[in-house]
Amino acid sequence: MDHQRMRAPLTRAMGLGSAKEGVEIWWMERVSAVALVPLTLWFVASIIAHTGSDYAAFIAWLRTPLASILMILLLIALFYHTALGLQVVIEDYIHSGAKFAALIAVRLGCFALAVAGIVAALRIAFGG
Amino acid sequence: MPNTTAGRNRPLSPNIQIYRPQLTSVLSIANRITGVVLSICAVVLVVWLLAAATGPQAYAAVQGVITSWIGQIGLFGCTFAFFMHFCGGIRHLVWDAGYGFTLRSIYASGWAVVAASVALTVTAWVASLFVAG
Repeated sequence: MDHQRMRAPLTRAMGLGSAKEGVEIWWMERVSAVALVPLTLWFVASIIAHTGSDYAAFIAWLRTPLASILMILLLIALFYHTALGLQVVIEDYIHSGAKFAALIAVRLGCFALAVAGIVAALRIAFGG
Repeated sequence: MPNTTAGRNRPLSPNIQIYRPQLTSVLSIANRITGVVLSICAVVLVVWLLAAATGPQAYAAVQGVITSWIGQIGLFGCTFAFFMHFCGGIRHLVWDAGYGFTLRSIYASGWAVVAASVALTVTAWVASLFVAG
């Protein structure tokens, strides 16, 4: 194979091929998935329980410490998982120069949305 | 002769146009599609939280959109996408743990995902309508 000759003797001896960092992304996608199982079930159950609730009732629920904490944990796990998932989708289907623009947009977008959601949850929790 | 094949237009694999859709392949792409749909739902979640943090008027405006008939259709779609991705995700976690790789169990878990997604979506909406009274 031609590319074998392009490699340093040490790398060839150690047998290192890829960057060896892909498994980290794969692993964190699973860790966030495990976190999202109870968090999303709590969220869906809570929303069902608040069907038809008015603004005051909804705020009163979200102000409780447990709801605030779980909502913020949900936002972190959700947008972490979303960023990793969309990254794989982009890498699989976009092969032009737009790939990098899309990857950056997804990363920054998910980060911004997570921060916005957390700030909103904190404002509800600590607002007057 | 390392470069003789480089310029050829090689066929892309898999050629999804010529494959008969199967439960396995349909659920595979469904997991991706529902994941992308849920990304949009996640944006709605943040808009909804921001509206709630802003005040009663902003919250009422967002609630007005969600409770409209088109909003309810969207929310129903989000619910189904969520349970599909949820069940499909658990199926993937079981595979990642090293279980369920026989052809029989792959089809069994596949149909279980379809049945559970439908059942959970219907259960969630019936429960919601029950709470609403």
